This record gives sequence, C-alpha cells and structure tokens, in this order.
Amino acid sequence: MKNINDSKTYEDSLPKYNRIKPLTNSLFSAVFLLLAACCVIPVIFITIISFSSVKSINSIGYSFIPKAWSLDAYIYLWNNIEMIGRAMGISVFVTITGTLLGLLLTTTMGYVLSKSEYKLKKFLTWVVFIPMVFGGGLVSTYNVYTTVLHLGDSVWVLILPMAVSSFQVIICKTFFKTTIPQSIIESAEMDGASQFLIYSRIVLPVSKPLLATIGLLLSFAYWNDWWLSLMYISNRNLYSLQAVLMSVERNIEYLSQNANTLGASAAEYASKMPKESMRMAMAVIIVLPIACAYPFFQQYFVSGLTIGSVKE
Amino acid sequence: MAVPTTIWYLCFCYMPMFGVLMAFKNFRIIDADRSFFYNLLASKTTGLANFKFLFSSGYGGDVIKLTLFYNVIFIILGIVVPVTLAIMMSNLYSSRYAKFCQTLMFLPFFMSWVVVTYFVFAFLSPDKGLLNHLLPTMGMETNDWYRKPGFWPPFLIFLNTWKGMGYGMVVYLATITGIDSSLYEAAMMDGASKWQQAKKITLPLMKTIIIMMFILSVGGLVRSDFGLFYQVPKASNSLYAVTETIDVFIYKMIKEQPNPNMGAAAAFLQSAVGCALILLSNKIVKIVDKENAII
Repeated sequence: MKNINDSKTYEDSLPKYNRIKPLTNSLFSAVFLLLAACCVIPVIFITIISFSSVKSINSIGYSFIPKAWSLDAYIYLWNNIEMIGRAMGISVFVTITGTLLGLLLTTTMGYVLSKSEYKLKKFLTWVVFIPMVFGGGLVSTYNVYTTVLHLGDSVWVLILPMAVSSFQVIICKTFFKTTIPQSIIESAEMDGASQFLIYSRIVLPVSKPLLATIGLLLSFAYWNDWWLSLMYISNRNLYSLQAVLMSVERNIEYLSQNANTLGASAAEYASKMPKESMRMAMAVIIVLPIACAYPFFQQYFVSGLTIGSVKE
Repeated sequence: MAVPTTIWYLCFCYMPMFGVLMAFKNFRIIDADRSFFYNLLASKTTGLANFKFLFSSGYGGDVIKLTLFYNVIFIILGIVVPVTLAIMMSNLYSSRYAKFCQTLMFLPFFMSWVVVTYFVFAFLSPDKGLLNHLLPTMGMETNDWYRKPGFWPPFLIFLNTWKGMGYGMVVYLATITGIDSSLYEAAMMDGASKWQQAKKITLPLMKTIIIMMFILSVGGLVRSDFGLFYQVPKASNSLYAVTETIDVFIYKMIKEQPNPNMGAAAAFLQSAVGCALILLSNKIVKIVDKENAII
C-alpha cells in the first residue's frame, strides 16, 4: 500500500488487491481439479482396460492397476483389420465428404441471405428459420428418408441429413454481413464479377475463421454420429466405427448370454476372444483422435458461439 | 446459388413436415408401388384416435411425465452449474491453471453417447466393473446396477451435467472475459467484496446470454437425448420405468414393436409442443425484456 500514490504501480497491482482470498482460491482450484479428473479419468480407465490381459480382467475385473498388461486386444483388432479398416474407411469418408458438402451448402445459403437487396431473401429466411422451431418428427422423417428418398442402407443417409443446420446458416449470414466490407463486394459487382466469383474469390478467402469453426463442428458431429447408422443402416459393410462399437456391444453381450445354452462351441469362441479389452480398445480408437485434436481446436468452438450470438 | 441448399431443405426438412399428417391417420401401405405420400393420403383419416390411444394405453402420460421431469432438472442444472463454475473459474489466480482445467472439462462434450456407454460400463459392469470390485472392500454390498431403477435417475442427471458442463462453462466464460474490467475496479474502490461484485456486476451482465441459452433449452423441454436414455443404460428392460422418455418411446414404436401411428402421434405432440414452447418463452422474454428476445 506504500506506493498507492504512484499511479503506474498502483494500476498494475490493482487486480492483486481485487481478488478472492487465498483460501477460497485453493478451494476453487481443488474443485476444478476434481471436476477435470472426472472428465479425464474415464478415458484413461478404458485405455488401461484395453491394455489389460484377459486373465487380469477375469480375476480382478476392470482395474486401474491390472495384474498383467497385454496387447491382445489390439492384435485381435489388427487380425480383423478388414472389418475395422472398412469401418474406419466409412467413418473417414463420411466425415470428410459430409464436412465439405456441409460447408458448401451452409456458406452458399449464408452468403445469399447476407445480401440485403436480394429479392427472395425474405422467403429464404423463412425457409431456414422454420425448421429451427418445427420438425416433422422421427416417424415421418424415417418414412420419408427410407421410402421417398430411398436412402436406407446407403452411405448417403449418413451424410446428407446432417449436412445443413439452420443455426450454422445464420452464423454464416451474420459473419458475412458484419465482417466483409460491403464496398469490396459492390466494387466487384461494378466490375462485372458474377455472384459465384465474388463468393469464391472474395467472400470465402476472408472467412477462414468461420470456415474452420463450422468445418470443425461438422466434422466432430459426423465422426461421433451413431444415430443415423442405428436408424437407417442394416448392411454391415456400411457400418462406421461408432456403429461397429454399438453392434460389438450387443453381439458380445449376446454371445456371453448364450454361452451357457448353446453348448461348448459358442462358449469356447466367446472365451477365446479378448472381448472385454477388445471393445475397450475399439472405444479407444474412436476417442483417441478426438482427445488429441480437440485441445487445439476448442477455441473455434467458442468463436463459433460468439459469432452466432451477434444479433441483427 | 441458394438452389442446392433450398432443395436440401425441401427434402430433409419440409417433406417430413407433411408426414405429420400421419398422426391423424391410420397409416397403411395401400399400394406398395406408390410413394409414402400417396399411401399417406390414401390412408383413412382417424382424427384424434391415435392421440386417444396413446394416452388411454397408459403409456403416453408416463412417458411425457418422465421426459418433463428430467428436462426441468436438466435445464435448471444446465444453467446453474456452468454459470457458477464459470464465475468461480474467472476468479482463479492462475489463468493458466484455469485454462488447463477448462480444456480437460471440455473433453466429455466431444464424446458420443456410445463411447460414454463404455465409460459407464467400465465402472458399473455387474461382474467386472470397478464399483462392484471396490464396494466390498469398503464393506458395502455389490449391486446389479443395470437392474436397479432407483440408481439411474440421479446418475443420468449427473452424466448429462458432466457432459454439458465444459461446453456451458466455455460459453459463459467467453461472456465474463468480455466484461470491462474497469467496472470491477470501480466496485472495488467502493469497497465491494468479490461476492458482491459477482452478484452485482458479473451476473447482471451475463443476463442476455443466460436468457438466450434458456430459450434454446426450453424448446427442448419435450425432447430427450436418445443416446443418454437408450444407449447408456444399455436399453435394459428393468430400467424402462426410469428411462423410457419420449424419444426412446418413439424409437421403440418404429423399430422394436412397430406401431408407427402411435409413434407418429407422440412425435407430432413433441414437435408441436416444442414449437409452442420456443415461441411462448420468446414472447415472455419479449414482454419482460424486449432487448433479449432472440426471434
């Protein structure tokens, strides 16, 4: 407090005076440590299980400190590379195609809506807005997708339904409207540039943060989707990683349930598989790319929200 | 340029909207060669019969009650917990530690429910799960968790909060960091404690975003997260009393015990009520505080 009249030192040290008590700070820190642990421990836990030996799991169950480590689960998955590889291929294809398609559909619509002089703007705004508050419901959606659009059991049913979301279209519109100087677009129009040229040569290049945000939202959504597979896919060749994970859960359950009634062969088959660690290994394969990537991308999720919350 | 997206909207949003007619019809495939819409229009109109059946079968009421029960709690916790955590975090001394914890707490948001099912199973599996191996060492009894309805409502509420808290916290934290720090300096000069500052400066300035998040979540009052209620409890039959929310019910009406008409009635109810709720809550906000309405 000695330097309180020295304005520079005082300004610098102000936050120091204006803060919570040290004890409260330690308490809060402890709370956050606990919560963060809650969020990370499950991932660590399933990773440990996936590296546990069958014997260890059978004797002491899932444990943070297995009696013995083993790579059996991953070796087994590697031997079934055909199944896993195909599922991985589907997941990657769906994620990449879906993200690109989604970006294209979202930004073109967003660009059109951002042009205030466009005569159909009002109509299109309604087209985008209504699905935000009203939907056809699951039953008719299911019937339309399968019987009218004939999308059942095709890879496109995993891609198309999730490509556009009205919320993202509106984020786009707001972004284009607020960050791209209207004068640049007008001068390009004067020079006779077509709307498509303006969109691809001027609007998109200056909208990289927006494209990153929406692209990431889309790719995480596609990578994590299991719902569309559950509803519309029965052909095993079209299973994504998430769908395989879902069906492995059921089939292993099925095998272990029926082992007693079906006699030795099924029981034997079930016992040879490192099934417990194997399914955890599959979950690890899905989780790991995300767990490694998201810390670098999370800022875009935040910016996506803040761009979207700007109201006209 | 807007043509492809407009076509997309027509196919994937507006065509299913016509399908809501199904809720008022006794849908039958009359001519298998013709489209869904032909069959839909040709099916007999039964008015409100599907709705009557939905409620008289004793199902509808329970399903809706359960859905509302969970959602009211989810909405309250979905605002209170992240807002509290965000304010707490903004007050931590070390911003690096805050950033570190925030990153870790964001992780569950990026996990699908199918993956979370595996997390949960690792702890709750009746024979291999960690819980059933730890409890006896502490002198407590083991349980077949997937057959114990009493355990699940609090647990599902915990899971939902757990998955959403990192995301919510980041949203609110972004608002808090945007607050002009001179406000706090002035308050401090006037002798306001940190608690008073949080109550009188931070919270009021977060009002807009809280209201926005509230309106968005109120529209979901009649929706339920299928993954949380179907996948995570592993569709266990003995848990249906506490997990059969509206989306699980509709899914079963399509896939497991086909009764599409009843499912369509429930789905229509869901859409219509959801729509009414969004418009209503927006209207109320408009009356109370004109600036914060989102529509």
